[in-house]
Amino acid sequence: MPADNFEREKAIVNLQHEILNVDNLHAWFGDFHAVKGVSLAVQQGQVVALIGPSGCGKSTFIRCINRLHEEVPGARVQGRVTIGGQDIYGRGADPVRIRRYVGMVFQKPNPFPGLSIFENVAVGLKLGGISKRTVLDEQVERALRQAALWEEVKDKLRQPGTSLSGGQQQRLCIARALAVEPPVILMDEPTSALDPISTAKIEDLLHELKKSVTILIVTHNMQQASRVSDKTAFFLLGELIEYGETSQIFTNPARPKTEEYITGRFG
Amino acid sequence: MAVFRPAVGDRRRKFKSHLMMLVLMAAAVLGSLPFLFITWYVLQKGLGAVNWDFFTQIPKGPGETGGGVANAIIGSGVLIFLASLSGIPWGMGVGIYLSEYSTGRTARILRFAVDLLASVPSIVVGIFVYGLIVVPFGFSAYAGGIALMIIMIPVVARSTEEILRLIPAHIREAGLALGVPRWKVILRIIVPGSRAGILTGVMLAIARVAGETAPLLFTSFGNQFHARGLNQATASLPVQIYTFAKSGFEDWEQQAWAGALVLVLFVLFINLTTRLLMHQRGAKGHAG
Ligand SMILES: Nc1ncnc2c1ncn2[C@@H]1O[C@H](COP(=O)(O)OP(=O)(O)O)[C@@H](O)[C@H]1O
Ligand SMILES: [Mg+2]
Repeated sequence: MPADNFEREKAIVNLQHEILNVDNLHAWFGDFHAVKGVSLAVQQGQVVALIGPSGCGKSTFIRCINRLHEEVPGARVQGRVTIGGQDIYGRGADPVRIRRYVGMVFQKPNPFPGLSIFENVAVGLKLGGISKRTVLDEQVERALRQAALWEEVKDKLRQPGTSLSGGQQQRLCIARALAVEPPVILMDEPTSALDPISTAKIEDLLHELKKSVTILIVTHNMQQASRVSDKTAFFLLGELIEYGETSQIFTNPARPKTEEYITGRFG
Repeated sequence: MAVFRPAVGDRRRKFKSHLMMLVLMAAAVLGSLPFLFITWYVLQKGLGAVNWDFFTQIPKGPGETGGGVANAIIGSGVLIFLASLSGIPWGMGVGIYLSEYSTGRTARILRFAVDLLASVPSIVVGIFVYGLIVVPFGFSAYAGGIALMIIMIPVVARSTEEILRLIPAHIREAGLALGVPRWKVILRIIVPGSRAGILTGVMLAIARVAGETAPLLFTSFGNQFHARGLNQATASLPVQIYTFAKSGFEDWEQQAWAGALVLVLFVLFINLTTRLLMHQRGAKGHAG
Protein backbone atom coordinates (compact mmCIF):
# COMPACT_ATOMS: atom_id res chain seq x y z
CA MET A 1 0.00 0.00 0.00
CA PRO A 2 1.48 3.36 -0.98
CA ALA A 3 2.40 5.57 1.93
CA ASP A 4 0.07 8.50 1.12
CA ASN A 5 -2.84 6.11 0.67
CA PHE A 6 -2.13 4.72 4.11
CA GLU A 7 -2.07 8.22 5.51
CA ARG A 8 -5.44 8.93 3.96
CA GLU A 9 -6.97 5.74 5.43
CA LYS A 10 -5.63 6.67 8.81
CA ALA A 11 -7.14 10.14 8.48
CA ILE A 12 -10.53 8.63 7.70
CA VAL A 13 -10.33 6.29 10.68
CA ASN A 14 -9.32 9.20 12.86
CA LEU A 15 -12.22 11.22 11.56
CA GLN A 16 -14.59 8.45 12.53
CA HIS A 17 -13.26 8.52 16.03
CA GLU A 18 -13.45 12.28 16.10
CA ILE A 19 -16.99 12.76 17.31
CA LEU A 20 -17.02 16.51 17.77
CA ASN A 21 -15.26 19.17 15.78
CA VAL A 22 -15.62 22.88 16.47
CA ASP A 23 -14.15 25.28 13.97
CA ASN A 24 -13.80 29.00 14.61
CA LEU A 25 -16.91 29.31 16.77
CA HIS A 26 -18.17 32.76 17.79
CA ALA A 27 -21.15 33.49 20.04
CA TRP A 28 -22.84 36.75 21.01
CA PHE A 29 -25.46 37.98 23.45
CA GLY A 30 -26.74 41.00 21.55
CA ASP A 31 -23.60 43.07 21.01
CA PHE A 32 -21.61 41.24 23.63
CA HIS A 33 -19.04 38.89 22.11
CA ALA A 34 -18.93 35.97 24.56
CA VAL A 35 -17.09 33.28 22.59
CA LYS A 36 -14.33 34.40 20.23
CA GLY A 37 -13.18 32.01 17.55
CA VAL A 38 -12.86 28.74 19.44
CA SER A 39 -11.68 25.62 17.60
CA LEU A 40 -11.26 22.18 19.11
CA ALA A 41 -11.77 18.51 18.30
CA VAL A 42 -12.91 15.77 20.65
CA GLN A 43 -12.34 12.04 20.18
CA GLN A 44 -15.04 9.52 20.89
CA GLY A 45 -15.11 8.22 24.47
CA GLN A 46 -13.06 11.02 25.94
CA VAL A 47 -13.85 13.27 28.84
CA VAL A 48 -12.92 16.88 28.11
CA ALA A 49 -12.80 19.34 30.98
CA LEU A 50 -13.44 23.02 30.30
CA ILE A 51 -11.82 25.28 32.86
CA GLY A 52 -11.39 29.01 33.24
CA PRO A 53 -12.51 31.88 35.45
CA SER A 54 -16.19 32.78 35.82
CA GLY A 55 -17.75 34.61 32.91
CA CYS A 56 -15.16 33.55 30.35
CA GLY A 57 -17.72 31.85 28.11
CA LYS A 58 -17.52 28.17 29.09
CA SER A 59 -21.28 27.78 29.51
CA THR A 60 -21.96 29.77 26.38
CA PHE A 61 -19.52 27.57 24.46
CA ILE A 62 -21.11 24.26 25.45
CA ARG A 63 -24.59 25.68 24.88
CA CYS A 64 -23.56 26.24 21.27
CA ILE A 65 -22.92 22.51 20.91
CA ASN A 66 -26.56 21.55 21.51
CA ARG A 67 -27.86 24.77 19.95
CA LEU A 68 -29.36 25.90 23.26
CA HIS A 69 -27.55 29.24 23.04
CA GLU A 70 -29.87 30.46 20.30
CA GLU A 71 -32.90 30.03 22.62
CA VAL A 72 -31.75 33.12 24.52
CA PRO A 73 -33.39 36.24 23.01
CA GLY A 74 -30.83 38.25 21.02
CA ALA A 75 -28.24 35.47 21.00
CA ARG A 76 -26.25 34.67 17.85
CA VAL A 77 -23.75 32.03 16.73
CA GLN A 78 -21.22 31.86 13.92
CA GLY A 79 -18.83 29.07 12.94
CA ARG A 80 -18.86 25.39 12.18
CA VAL A 81 -19.67 22.58 14.59
CA THR A 82 -19.82 18.97 13.42
CA ILE A 83 -21.01 15.99 15.39
CA GLY A 84 -20.15 12.64 13.84
CA GLY A 85 -19.17 14.58 10.72
CA GLN A 86 -22.52 16.35 10.37
CA ASP A 87 -22.67 20.11 10.47
CA ILE A 88 -25.17 21.03 13.19
CA TYR A 89 -25.40 24.63 11.99
CA GLY A 90 -25.72 23.55 8.37
CA ARG A 91 -28.67 24.44 6.20
CA GLY A 92 -31.76 22.51 7.28
CA ALA A 93 -30.20 21.15 10.47
CA ASP A 94 -32.96 20.87 13.08
CA PRO A 95 -32.00 21.92 16.62
CA VAL A 96 -34.62 19.60 18.12
CA ARG A 97 -33.08 16.55 16.41
CA ILE A 98 -29.55 17.66 17.27
CA ARG A 99 -30.39 17.85 20.95
CA ARG A 100 -31.31 14.16 20.96
CA TYR A 101 -27.67 13.45 20.09
CA VAL A 102 -26.24 15.87 22.64
CA GLY A 103 -27.54 15.51 26.17
CA MET A 104 -27.09 18.16 28.84
CA VAL A 105 -26.74 18.25 32.61
CA PHE A 106 -27.10 21.64 34.25
CA GLN A 107 -25.38 23.33 37.16
CA LYS A 108 -28.46 23.25 39.36
CA PRO A 109 -30.20 19.89 39.60
CA ASN A 110 -33.46 20.49 37.72
CA PRO A 111 -35.76 17.48 37.68
CA PHE A 112 -39.14 18.28 36.18
CA PRO A 113 -41.44 19.36 39.01
CA GLY A 114 -44.62 17.37 39.41
CA LEU A 115 -43.22 14.34 37.59
CA SER A 116 -42.25 11.14 39.36
CA ILE A 117 -38.73 9.71 39.35
CA PHE A 118 -39.79 7.25 36.65
CA GLU A 119 -41.50 9.90 34.53
CA ASN A 120 -38.49 12.20 34.79
CA VAL A 121 -36.28 9.56 33.21
CA ALA A 122 -38.90 8.28 30.76
CA VAL A 123 -40.10 11.63 29.49
CA GLY A 124 -37.47 12.06 26.77
CA LEU A 125 -38.26 8.61 25.36
CA LYS A 126 -42.02 9.08 25.64
CA LEU A 127 -42.02 12.43 23.89
CA GLY A 128 -39.64 10.94 21.32
CA GLY A 129 -42.42 8.52 20.39
CA ILE A 130 -41.69 5.40 22.47
CA SER A 131 -44.81 4.23 24.25
CA LYS A 132 -44.23 0.51 24.83
CA ARG A 133 -44.29 -0.06 28.56
CA THR A 134 -41.68 -2.84 28.55
CA VAL A 135 -39.23 -0.76 26.52
CA LEU A 136 -39.73 2.24 28.81
CA ASP A 137 -39.26 0.13 31.95
CA GLU A 138 -36.11 -1.39 30.54
CA GLN A 139 -34.58 1.89 29.37
CA VAL A 140 -35.42 3.71 32.58
CA GLU A 141 -33.76 0.99 34.64
CA ARG A 142 -30.70 1.00 32.38
CA ALA A 143 -30.37 4.80 32.58
CA LEU A 144 -30.82 4.81 36.35
CA ARG A 145 -28.22 2.05 36.74
CA GLN A 146 -25.82 3.94 34.48
CA ALA A 147 -26.34 7.01 36.66
CA ALA A 148 -25.66 4.90 39.77
CA LEU A 149 -29.05 5.74 41.19
CA TRP A 150 -31.07 2.56 40.60
CA GLU A 151 -30.41 0.92 43.96
CA GLU A 152 -31.46 4.05 45.82
CA VAL A 153 -34.72 4.67 43.97
CA LYS A 154 -35.92 1.31 42.63
CA ASP A 155 -38.55 1.03 45.38
CA LYS A 156 -39.89 4.55 45.00
CA LEU A 157 -40.08 5.21 41.29
CA ARG A 158 -43.56 6.73 41.71
CA GLN A 159 -42.38 9.40 44.12
CA PRO A 160 -41.74 12.91 42.84
CA GLY A 161 -38.27 13.54 41.45
CA THR A 162 -38.07 16.65 43.58
CA SER A 163 -38.33 14.55 46.76
CA LEU A 164 -34.76 13.29 46.32
CA SER A 165 -31.66 14.87 47.86
CA GLY A 166 -29.63 17.34 45.78
CA GLY A 167 -27.01 14.77 44.83
CA GLN A 168 -29.65 12.20 43.92
CA GLN A 169 -31.53 14.81 41.90
CA GLN A 170 -28.39 15.52 39.90
CA ARG A 171 -27.89 11.82 39.20
CA LEU A 172 -31.57 11.69 38.21
CA CYS A 173 -30.86 14.47 35.72
CA ILE A 174 -27.91 12.47 34.41
CA ALA A 175 -30.19 9.44 34.03
CA ARG A 176 -32.76 11.63 32.26
CA ALA A 177 -30.10 12.69 29.76
CA LEU A 178 -28.77 9.11 29.36
CA ALA A 179 -32.20 7.60 28.76
CA VAL A 180 -32.30 8.79 25.14
CA GLU A 181 -28.77 7.38 24.60
CA PRO A 182 -27.01 10.46 23.26
CA PRO A 183 -23.44 9.86 22.03
CA VAL A 184 -22.35 13.17 23.58
CA ILE A 185 -23.24 14.70 26.96
CA LEU A 186 -22.51 18.25 28.06
CA MET A 187 -22.21 18.93 31.77
CA ASP A 188 -22.13 22.49 33.07
CA GLU A 189 -20.55 22.43 36.52
CA PRO A 190 -22.68 19.43 37.49
CA THR A 191 -21.24 19.14 40.99
CA SER A 192 -20.82 22.77 41.99
CA ALA A 193 -24.09 22.72 43.96
CA LEU A 194 -23.34 19.39 45.65
CA ASP A 195 -21.63 18.14 48.80
CA PRO A 196 -18.27 16.29 48.54
CA ILE A 197 -19.78 12.80 48.83
CA SER A 198 -22.30 13.40 46.07
CA THR A 199 -19.53 14.97 44.02
CA ALA A 200 -17.34 11.90 44.43
CA LYS A 201 -20.24 9.66 43.33
CA ILE A 202 -20.69 11.64 40.16
CA GLU A 203 -16.97 11.65 39.42
CA ASP A 204 -16.86 7.84 39.79
CA LEU A 205 -19.82 7.64 37.49
CA LEU A 206 -18.00 9.60 34.78
CA HIS A 207 -15.30 6.91 34.60
CA GLU A 208 -17.96 4.33 33.81
CA LEU A 209 -19.89 6.55 31.44
CA LYS A 210 -16.97 7.39 29.18
CA LYS A 211 -17.02 3.82 27.89
CA SER A 212 -20.19 4.66 25.99
CA VAL A 213 -20.51 8.44 25.97
CA THR A 214 -18.28 11.36 25.08
CA ILE A 215 -18.41 13.98 27.81
CA LEU A 216 -17.67 17.69 27.92
CA ILE A 217 -17.63 18.91 31.48
CA VAL A 218 -17.28 22.48 32.69
CA THR A 219 -15.72 22.66 36.12
CA HIS A 220 -14.42 25.23 38.52
CA ASN A 221 -12.54 22.63 40.43
CA MET A 222 -8.98 21.97 39.21
CA GLN A 223 -8.72 18.68 41.10
CA GLN A 224 -11.92 17.54 39.51
CA ALA A 225 -10.65 18.44 36.06
CA SER A 226 -7.42 16.52 36.62
CA ARG A 227 -9.23 13.53 38.15
CA VAL A 228 -11.93 13.00 35.55
CA SER A 229 -10.70 14.28 32.22
CA ASP A 230 -8.49 13.05 29.40
CA LYS A 231 -8.18 16.46 27.85
CA THR A 232 -8.51 19.96 29.24
CA ALA A 233 -9.47 23.20 27.54
CA PHE A 234 -8.57 26.47 29.24
CA PHE A 235 -10.82 29.44 28.43
CA LEU A 236 -10.12 33.07 29.17
CA LEU A 237 -12.30 36.04 28.21
CA GLY A 238 -14.11 34.11 25.52
CA GLU A 239 -10.99 32.67 23.93
CA LEU A 240 -9.59 29.15 24.05
CA ILE A 241 -6.08 29.72 25.42
CA GLU A 242 -4.86 26.16 25.54
CA TYR A 243 -6.20 22.71 24.74
CA GLY A 244 -4.33 19.48 25.32
CA GLU A 245 -3.84 16.31 27.32
CA THR A 246 -4.93 16.90 30.90
CA SER A 247 -1.67 15.46 32.27
CA GLN A 248 0.32 17.88 30.17
CA ILE A 249 -1.88 20.94 30.92
CA PHE A 250 -1.58 20.39 34.65
CA THR A 251 2.12 19.56 34.78
CA ASN A 252 3.61 21.40 31.88
CA PRO A 253 1.27 23.98 30.36
CA ALA A 254 2.45 25.61 27.14
CA ARG A 255 1.01 29.03 27.86
CA PRO A 256 1.96 31.23 30.82
CA LYS A 257 -1.71 32.27 31.32
CA THR A 258 -2.69 28.63 31.78
CA GLU A 259 0.01 28.10 34.35
CA GLU A 260 -1.02 31.23 36.23
CA TYR A 261 -4.63 30.02 36.35
CA ILE A 262 -4.01 26.44 37.41
CA THR A 263 -1.58 27.48 40.09
CA GLY A 264 -4.28 29.78 41.41
CA ARG A 265 -2.69 33.11 40.70
CA PHE A 266 -5.96 34.50 39.33
CA GLY A 267 -9.53 33.42 38.73
CA MET B 1 -23.53 47.36 79.11
CA ALA B 2 -25.67 50.38 79.79
CA VAL B 3 -26.71 50.86 76.18
CA PHE B 4 -28.70 47.62 76.22
CA ARG B 5 -30.71 48.49 79.35
CA PRO B 6 -34.30 49.59 78.72
CA ALA B 7 -34.48 53.34 78.26
CA VAL B 8 -37.48 55.61 78.96
CA GLY B 9 -38.76 55.60 75.37
CA ASP B 10 -38.59 51.83 75.05
CA ARG B 11 -41.61 51.07 77.16
CA ARG B 12 -43.81 53.37 75.10
CA ARG B 13 -42.53 51.87 71.89
CA LYS B 14 -43.33 48.35 73.10
CA PHE B 15 -46.77 49.44 74.23
CA LYS B 16 -47.50 50.94 70.83
CA SER B 17 -46.32 47.82 69.10
CA HIS B 18 -48.59 45.63 71.22
CA LEU B 19 -51.54 47.94 70.71
CA MET B 20 -51.07 47.87 66.96
CA MET B 21 -50.99 44.10 66.97
CA LEU B 22 -54.22 43.94 68.98
CA VAL B 23 -55.97 46.29 66.57
CA LEU B 24 -54.91 44.22 63.58
CA MET B 25 -55.95 41.01 65.30
CA ALA B 26 -59.36 42.45 66.11
CA ALA B 27 -59.77 43.50 62.48
CA ALA B 28 -58.88 40.01 61.31
CA VAL B 29 -61.32 38.35 63.69
CA LEU B 30 -64.11 40.82 62.87
CA GLY B 31 -63.40 40.35 59.17
CA SER B 32 -64.01 36.63 59.35
CA LEU B 33 -67.11 36.97 61.52
CA PRO B 34 -69.52 37.66 58.64
CA PHE B 35 -68.73 34.28 57.13
CA LEU B 36 -69.46 32.52 60.42
CA PHE B 37 -72.68 34.49 60.85
CA ILE B 38 -73.79 33.81 57.29
CA THR B 39 -73.18 30.11 57.62
CA TRP B 40 -74.90 29.96 60.99
CA TYR B 41 -77.87 32.00 59.82
CA VAL B 42 -78.32 30.06 56.60
CA LEU B 43 -78.05 26.79 58.48
CA GLN B 44 -80.66 27.87 61.00
CA LYS B 45 -83.10 29.16 58.42
CA GLY B 46 -82.54 26.57 55.72
CA LEU B 47 -81.87 23.28 57.45
CA GLY B 48 -85.56 22.81 58.21
CA ALA B 49 -86.44 22.66 54.52
CA VAL B 50 -83.67 20.28 53.52
CA ASN B 51 -85.19 16.85 52.98
CA TRP B 52 -85.34 14.15 50.34
CA ASP B 53 -88.07 15.96 48.37
CA PHE B 54 -86.00 19.11 48.30
CA PHE B 55 -83.40 17.34 46.16
CA THR B 56 -85.71 15.15 44.08
CA GLN B 57 -88.90 17.14 43.39
CA ILE B 58 -89.54 20.14 41.21
CA PRO B 59 -91.24 23.19 42.77
CA LYS B 60 -94.93 22.94 43.71
CA GLY B 61 -97.27 25.76 42.77
CA PRO B 62 -97.25 29.04 44.67
CA GLY B 63 -98.58 28.66 48.18
CA GLU B 64 -98.60 24.84 48.12
CA THR B 65 -96.37 23.00 50.58
CA GLY B 66 -93.64 20.52 49.64
CA GLY B 67 -91.81 20.24 46.35
CA GLY B 68 -88.11 20.82 45.80
CA VAL B 69 -85.49 22.36 43.59
CA ALA B 70 -84.20 19.31 41.69
CA ASN B 71 -84.61 21.21 38.42
CA ALA B 72 -82.43 24.06 39.72
CA ILE B 73 -79.71 21.76 41.04
CA ILE B 74 -79.55 19.85 37.77
CA GLY B 75 -79.76 23.12 35.84
CA SER B 76 -76.85 24.60 37.78
CA GLY B 77 -74.88 21.43 37.11
CA VAL B 78 -75.60 21.66 33.39
CA LEU B 79 -74.72 25.37 33.24
CA ILE B 80 -71.45 24.86 35.14
CA PHE B 81 -70.64 21.89 32.92
CA LEU B 82 -71.27 23.88 29.73
CA ALA B 83 -69.22 26.78 31.03
CA SER B 84 -66.35 24.52 32.12
CA LEU B 85 -66.31 22.58 28.87
CA SER B 86 -65.13 25.60 26.95
CA GLY B 87 -64.05 28.01 29.70
CA ILE B 88 -61.42 25.76 31.31
CA PRO B 89 -59.43 24.84 28.18
CA TRP B 90 -59.85 28.34 26.77
CA GLY B 91 -58.73 30.00 30.00
CA MET B 92 -55.83 27.58 30.34
CA GLY B 93 -54.81 28.32 26.76
CA VAL B 94 -54.78 32.04 27.46
CA GLY B 95 -52.80 31.49 30.67
CA ILE B 96 -50.26 29.28 28.91
CA TYR B 97 -49.86 31.82 26.12
CA LEU B 98 -49.38 34.67 28.59
CA SER B 99 -46.76 32.84 30.60
CA GLU B 100 -44.85 31.03 27.86
CA TYR B 101 -45.07 32.90 24.61
CA SER B 102 -45.91 36.54 24.97
CA THR B 103 -43.21 39.00 25.82
CA GLY B 104 -42.94 42.76 26.12
CA ARG B 105 -45.74 45.00 24.87
CA THR B 106 -48.09 42.32 23.55
CA ALA B 107 -47.96 40.56 26.89
CA ARG B 108 -48.71 43.72 28.84
CA ILE B 109 -51.67 44.61 26.61
CA LEU B 110 -53.09 41.07 26.69
CA ARG B 111 -52.65 40.76 30.44
CA PHE B 112 -54.39 44.09 30.90
CA ALA B 113 -57.25 42.94 28.67
CA VAL B 114 -57.66 39.74 30.69
CA ASP B 115 -57.64 41.73 33.93
CA LEU B 116 -60.25 44.08 32.52
CA LEU B 117 -62.44 41.16 31.52
CA ALA B 118 -62.09 39.77 35.03
CA SER B 119 -63.35 43.02 36.50
CA VAL B 120 -66.32 43.55 34.18
CA PRO B 121 -69.42 43.35 36.43
CA SER B 122 -71.11 40.01 35.83
CA ILE B 123 -74.44 41.66 35.05
CA VAL B 124 -72.76 43.38 32.10
CA VAL B 125 -71.60 39.99 30.84
CA GLY B 126 -75.25 38.90 31.12
CA ILE B 127 -76.50 41.84 29.08
CA PHE B 128 -73.83 41.22 26.46
CA VAL B 129 -74.85 37.59 26.03
CA TYR B 130 -78.51 38.64 26.08
CA GLY B 131 -77.96 40.93 23.14
CA LEU B 132 -75.75 38.50 21.28
CA ILE B 133 -77.54 35.19 21.81
CA VAL B 134 -80.80 35.51 23.69
CA VAL B 135 -82.31 38.15 21.38
CA PRO B 136 -81.93 35.99 18.27
CA PHE B 137 -82.32 32.51 19.83
CA GLY B 138 -84.22 32.96 23.10
CA PHE B 139 -83.37 31.93 26.67
CA SER B 140 -81.33 28.75 26.87
CA ALA B 141 -78.81 26.75 28.86
CA TYR B 142 -76.34 27.54 26.09
CA ALA B 143 -76.71 31.28 26.70
CA GLY B 144 -76.26 30.81 30.46
CA GLY B 145 -73.26 28.56 29.90
CA ILE B 146 -71.64 31.12 27.63
CA ALA B 147 -72.18 33.90 30.17
CA LEU B 148 -70.54 31.80 32.89
CA MET B 149 -67.76 30.82 30.50
CA ILE B 150 -66.92 34.47 29.88
CA ILE B 151 -66.64 34.97 33.63
CA MET B 152 -64.52 31.86 34.01
CA ILE B 153 -61.93 32.51 31.29
CA PRO B 154 -59.98 35.34 32.94
CA VAL B 155 -60.03 33.63 36.34
CA VAL B 156 -58.61 30.40 34.94
CA ALA B 157 -56.20 32.31 32.67
CA ARG B 158 -54.59 34.38 35.40
CA SER B 159 -54.29 31.53 37.88
CA THR B 160 -52.78 29.26 35.21
CA GLU B 161 -50.34 31.97 34.22
CA GLU B 162 -49.26 32.57 37.81
CA ILE B 163 -48.73 28.87 38.50
CA LEU B 164 -46.63 28.41 35.35
CA ARG B 165 -44.53 31.44 36.23
CA LEU B 166 -43.41 29.65 39.38
CA ILE B 167 -41.47 27.22 37.19
CA PRO B 168 -37.98 28.62 36.56
CA ALA B 169 -36.60 29.02 33.04
CA HIS B 170 -33.89 26.40 33.50
CA ILE B 171 -36.56 23.71 33.82
CA ARG B 172 -37.84 24.61 30.36
CA GLU B 173 -34.26 24.56 29.07
CA ALA B 174 -33.84 21.05 30.49
CA GLY B 175 -36.81 20.01 28.37
CA LEU B 176 -35.42 21.64 25.24
CA ALA B 177 -32.04 20.03 25.90
CA LEU B 178 -33.74 16.61 25.75
CA GLY B 179 -34.63 17.26 22.13
CA VAL B 180 -38.27 18.07 22.82
CA PRO B 181 -39.84 20.92 20.81
CA ARG B 182 -40.83 23.94 22.87
CA TRP B 183 -44.59 23.47 22.52
CA LYS B 184 -44.24 19.88 23.73
CA VAL B 185 -42.04 20.94 26.63
CA ILE B 186 -44.84 23.26 27.72
CA LEU B 187 -47.87 21.06 27.07
CA ARG B 188 -46.37 17.69 28.03
CA ILE B 189 -43.85 18.54 30.77
CA ILE B 190 -44.49 21.96 32.34
CA VAL B 191 -48.30 21.92 32.35
CA PRO B 192 -48.71 18.32 33.60
CA GLY B 193 -46.09 19.04 36.24
CA SER B 194 -48.18 21.99 37.42
CA ARG B 195 -51.49 20.10 37.33
CA ALA B 196 -52.18 20.45 41.06
CA GLY B 197 -51.79 24.22 40.98
CA ILE B 198 -53.75 24.63 37.76
CA LEU B 199 -56.54 22.42 39.08
CA THR B 200 -56.74 24.62 42.16
CA GLY B 201 -57.36 27.66 39.98
CA VAL B 202 -59.96 25.76 37.97
CA MET B 203 -61.85 24.65 41.09
CA LEU B 204 -61.90 28.16 42.46
CA ALA B 205 -63.23 29.41 39.11
CA ILE B 206 -66.02 26.81 39.30
CA ALA B 207 -66.85 27.89 42.84
CA ARG B 208 -66.90 31.47 41.63
CA VAL B 209 -69.45 30.91 38.83
CA ALA B 210 -71.58 28.47 40.85
CA GLY B 211 -73.05 31.39 42.78
CA GLU B 212 -73.46 33.84 39.91
CA THR B 213 -77.05 35.05 39.60
CA ALA B 214 -77.07 38.29 37.64
CA PRO B 215 -75.72 36.98 34.32
CA LEU B 216 -78.17 34.04 34.41
CA LEU B 217 -81.27 36.20 34.92
CA PHE B 218 -81.40 37.11 31.26
CA THR B 219 -79.58 34.21 29.68
CA SER B 220 -80.72 30.87 31.06
CA PHE B 221 -83.58 32.76 32.75
CA GLY B 222 -85.34 30.21 34.95
CA ASN B 223 -87.77 27.34 34.74
CA GLN B 224 -90.21 25.88 37.26
CA PHE B 225 -89.83 22.50 35.54
CA HIS B 226 -86.97 20.39 34.22
CA ALA B 227 -85.66 21.91 31.01
CA ARG B 228 -86.40 19.71 28.02
CA GLY B 229 -83.21 20.57 26.21
CA LEU B 230 -80.14 22.75 26.23
CA ASN B 231 -81.94 25.24 24.00
CA GLN B 232 -84.63 25.80 26.66
CA ALA B 233 -84.83 28.24 29.53
CA THR B 234 -83.15 26.43 32.42
CA ALA B 235 -83.46 26.72 36.17
CA SER B 236 -80.40 27.35 38.30
CA LEU B 237 -79.91 27.38 42.04
CA PRO B 238 -79.03 31.08 42.39
CA VAL B 239 -81.93 32.24 40.20
CA GLN B 240 -84.29 29.83 41.97
CA ILE B 241 -83.21 31.28 45.30
CA TYR B 242 -83.83 34.76 43.96
CA THR B 243 -87.29 33.85 42.67
CA PHE B 244 -88.34 32.04 45.85
CA ALA B 245 -86.94 34.65 48.20
CA LYS B 246 -88.99 37.50 46.75
CA SER B 247 -92.16 35.41 46.25
CA GLY B 248 -93.76 36.21 49.60
CA PHE B 249 -94.81 32.57 50.14
CA GLU B 250 -93.47 31.17 53.37
CA ASP B 251 -92.75 27.70 52.01
CA TRP B 252 -90.80 29.07 49.05
CA GLU B 253 -88.89 31.44 51.29
CA GLN B 254 -87.85 28.51 53.44
CA GLN B 255 -86.71 26.66 50.33
CA ALA B 256 -84.75 29.73 49.27
CA TRP B 257 -82.82 29.47 52.53
CA ALA B 258 -82.28 25.77 51.96
CA GLY B 259 -81.02 26.52 48.44
CA ALA B 260 -78.63 29.10 49.87
CA LEU B 261 -77.42 26.49 52.32
CA VAL B 262 -76.71 24.02 49.50
CA LEU B 263 -74.83 26.72 47.60
CA VAL B 264 -72.73 27.72 50.61
CA LEU B 265 -71.90 24.09 51.34
CA PHE B 266 -70.96 23.46 47.70
CA VAL B 267 -68.58 26.41 47.63
CA LEU B 268 -67.17 25.46 51.02
CA PHE B 269 -66.68 21.89 49.80
CA ILE B 270 -64.77 23.04 46.71
CA ASN B 271 -62.57 25.34 48.76
CA LEU B 272 -61.80 22.66 51.32
CA THR B 273 -61.02 20.05 48.65
CA THR B 274 -58.71 22.55 47.00
CA ARG B 275 -56.99 23.22 50.30
CA LEU B 276 -56.52 19.53 50.87
CA LEU B 277 -55.12 19.09 47.39
CA MET B 278 -52.68 21.96 47.85
CA HIS B 279 -51.62 20.54 51.17
CA GLN B 280 -50.95 17.11 49.71
CA ARG B 281 -49.12 18.40 46.68
CA GLY B 282 -46.97 20.93 48.52
CA ALA B 283 -47.78 24.55 49.06
CA LYS B 284 -46.47 25.75 45.70
CA GLY B 285 -49.02 23.64 43.93
CA HIS B 286 -46.56 22.05 41.57
CA ALA B 287 -44.24 20.19 43.88
CA GLY B 288 -46.31 17.00 43.90
N1 LIG C 1 -28.22 35.74 28.98
C1 LIG C 1 -27.13 36.53 28.88
N2 LIG C 1 -27.24 37.78 28.39
C2 LIG C 1 -26.16 38.59 28.26
N3 LIG C 1 -24.91 38.23 28.63
C3 LIG C 1 -24.73 37.00 29.14
C4 LIG C 1 -25.83 36.08 29.29
N4 LIG C 1 -25.36 34.94 29.81
C5 LIG C 1 -24.02 35.14 29.98
N5 LIG C 1 -23.65 36.36 29.58
C6 LIG C 1 -22.29 36.90 29.59
O1 LIG C 1 -21.49 36.12 28.75
C7 LIG C 1 -20.22 35.90 29.34
C8 LIG C 1 -19.93 34.42 29.39
O2 LIG C 1 -20.83 33.82 30.28
P1 LIG C 1 -20.79 32.28 30.60
O3 LIG C 1 -20.67 31.54 29.33
O4 LIG C 1 -21.96 31.97 31.46
O5 LIG C 1 -19.44 32.14 31.43
P2 LIG C 1 -18.91 30.94 32.32
O6 LIG C 1 -19.81 29.78 32.13
O7 LIG C 1 -17.53 30.70 31.82
O8 LIG C 1 -18.88 31.41 33.73
C9 LIG C 1 -20.26 36.56 30.71
O9 LIG C 1 -19.56 37.78 30.63
C10 LIG C 1 -21.70 36.79 30.98
O10 LIG C 1 -21.89 37.98 31.70
MG1 LIG D 1 -21.06 28.88 33.58
